[in-house]
Amino acid sequence: MVMEIVCPAGTPAALRAAVKAGAHTIYCGFNDETNARNFPGLNFDRTEMRSGISFAHEHGAKVLVAINTFPRAGSESIWHHAVADAETCGADAVILADLGLLDHTARNHPGLRRHLSVQAAAANADVINFYAETFGVRRVVLPRVLSVHEISAINAETDVETEVFVFGGLCVMAEGRCSLSSYATGLSPNMNGVCSPASHVEYEEDDGALDARLGGYLIHRVERNAPAPYPTLCKGCFSAGGKTGHLFEDPVSLNAERLIPQLQKAGVTALKIEGRQRSKSYVAQVVRNFRAAVDALDAGRPLPQGMLARLSEGQAMTTGAYKKTWR
Amino acid sequence: MELTVGPNQFFWSAERWESFYSDLTQSTVDRVVIGELVCSKRLPFYQDRIPEAVSRLLDAGKEVTLTTLALVTLKRELKLTAELADMGVMVEINDLTALAYIPNGCAFSVGPLVNVYNESTVNWLASRGARRICLPPELPVESVKVLAQAAKDKGVAIEVWGHGRLPLAISGRCYHARLNGRSKDNCQFACEDDPDGLDVVTSDGVPIMAMNGVQTLSDSYACTDHQIDLLRDAGVSALRLSPQADGFLELCDLYRRRVDGVLAQGELGQAMRDKHPDIRLSDGFLTGRCGAEWSGTSDQPSKAP
Amino acid sequence: MSVPQTQIPQCPVALATALRFVPLVPLSLSLTAFSRRIAKAHPDMFRRLGKHNRALFVLDPTDLPVVLLLKPNNGLPTITVSRQHGDGTARISGPLAALLGLVHGAFDGDALFFSRDLVIQGDTAAALALRNAIDDAELDLAHEVTIVSGPLARSLEQVIAFAERRTGLCLTRPEDSLSW
Repeated sequence: MVMEIVCPAGTPAALRAAVKAGAHTIYCGFNDETNARNFPGLNFDRTEMRSGISFAHEHGAKVLVAINTFPRAGSESIWHHAVADAETCGADAVILADLGLLDHTARNHPGLRRHLSVQAAAANADVINFYAETFGVRRVVLPRVLSVHEISAINAETDVETEVFVFGGLCVMAEGRCSLSSYATGLSPNMNGVCSPASHVEYEEDDGALDARLGGYLIHRVERNAPAPYPTLCKGCFSAGGKTGHLFEDPVSLNAERLIPQLQKAGVTALKIEGRQRSKSYVAQVVRNFRAAVDALDAGRPLPQGMLARLSEGQAMTTGAYKKTWR
Repeated sequence: MELTVGPNQFFWSAERWESFYSDLTQSTVDRVVIGELVCSKRLPFYQDRIPEAVSRLLDAGKEVTLTTLALVTLKRELKLTAELADMGVMVEINDLTALAYIPNGCAFSVGPLVNVYNESTVNWLASRGARRICLPPELPVESVKVLAQAAKDKGVAIEVWGHGRLPLAISGRCYHARLNGRSKDNCQFACEDDPDGLDVVTSDGVPIMAMNGVQTLSDSYACTDHQIDLLRDAGVSALRLSPQADGFLELCDLYRRRVDGVLAQGELGQAMRDKHPDIRLSDGFLTGRCGAEWSGTSDQPSKAP
Repeated sequence: MSVPQTQIPQCPVALATALRFVPLVPLSLSLTAFSRRIAKAHPDMFRRLGKHNRALFVLDPTDLPVVLLLKPNNGLPTITVSRQHGDGTARISGPLAALLGLVHGAFDGDALFFSRDLVIQGDTAAALALRNAIDDAELDLAHEVTIVSGPLARSLEQVIAFAERRTGLCLTRPEDSLSW
């Protein structure tokens, strides 16, 4: 069985580019606070969602709709409509994180396949089975805190399909359980679908050096011609205990391309690429690489060498928590 | 309004840990949540002292609840979590994994690290057996109001983060270990040196966060001096005070006097400033533009409303 | 891990020199007319800009002696060419080739930014919205030019293809055919 490539699309054009580049599955969201990439100029209105899903289906690809923020008290109907509309538009599944929304969807849309978002941070087999038994969850996107060995152990103890991130931005913190962004800016992934939002970012170029601030806090300063990461709080340059540096995580992005064979052995069903905020050119390049890799693996050929570094943040890459020493 | 002492977030020596909970028997708080929240590696150092501390607190008339870990991944952590459910004491879940072990309908509490953002989640948790929910600290007061109402309809008590460094994130990676060039498995308990967390400052010297092993906290100490009346009116039944290494009993007493109306709005913040002039206070998650904001601009206590 | 470098071509000196002397008012007028044509063909682009529809974008090709001041103006865009530094809601600076490559979807905006080929100043959210709106619109500037030029289209296409080969600038949209 070829591993499934699950690819992001922030715009209809990116969805089409991803399908053409060979993605088996696309994930995307509505253009509001119901999805965790609620960025300016991104995402799909209802008409675009319907035609995007039709386009994907005509080409044999699936579409998952991410409704993975935590509904706001008093305004839950926005999220309920999103689930209903995703079903009407023909979505192959919805990706959910909130207990209340999972319960609502299981009761009101029993025929709509439910995936558990990484934002639910379900990090062990017992809790995954709990989600499956209680809400009929069929697939879980695993948090980026697990090693390959742990993923393997989880798959041995659950029938729920697992999907893991293999490329793109890397959360250092357990997803869906981080309020660093709202502490500094008032806007958070859980409530607003944004982390370290562009509306609170300021760049200042000073004699070649580039200062990046978030909510007024200096996140990092890079010298002339040095690569410039986006000012995400957990990847900032700070001082503590007399030491200065990237105390939480270096400005790197995840590339687990080389671990694909191990992930397959670990029982992983689908490989997920991060980056609904990235351009269609990025999406197409990354998909082509990963599709070639899983096809090679399926045919028993060696993996092609990757050429994806330039697309990465700070132009450096890591295999993240998949190797245990990362911790 | 009741006062709940949250689980200690830091790594203290067994002696400090024991004397802290022994002191709490003398305090004016109503409820104590006890146990290891942040890192399972710390537990063996004081685990054997927990039963004694629990019974002393019960004898002193306090309600006692046992917390789960905030992030359960390892086999032994799963086992630990399953065992908590059989201890005969109310469990506070801070990772939903615990629900896999608590029988349907059996009473439990929900801690601030579980994502409770809306009425449907409150209703579902209530139907599953939740009797008390401490809301996530990042919720604005508008949401607190709606959720307190929803909880009231279901007979669930609502608690809000009242005081202390805010738990902002939890990770698989240990930052104290990383700072010392070690891996998590070989951390050598670097976090023990920082009984209130280690300050993290920006390159231009502005305090922003605090590291505590696998946990990241706010630089500032949340303080609800200016929201207590608002929260009470909203139907919030308890404030959560998070343990800190120095002056905690006194802090509990200040909050008791503030919720009982002995101290006016502003006087609590002022007293806090006098006692700990070097710490920063915040209440922005509840009523500000961002979590780090503090509404007590004036040092003068204002009149009670 | 080694970092493969994609060279971003430098704009030809002749173009930069010419722009030092040509009168800018007629150039501004024709670019505005051109942008209105594009606006008519791609109304979705302005919807995507959302609340940033009234922003003023300064597009600064760093290898040219001019900047473009772009006002989306809710679907009635104007473009003013200026030799001044220019102030606006957001400023996007980089080599002309990077800016053109971005419009044509040949480059990824984030990647250009991480490598510092592109610099964003001012309202980052507005710049991001513009980037995303343009990325979705699948623009092909050369194709739009040839439509305007009617009977001359065919020969103009040849000139553009020649210019692309000679300068390395990305003047058309790269083919994205099915690769599977």
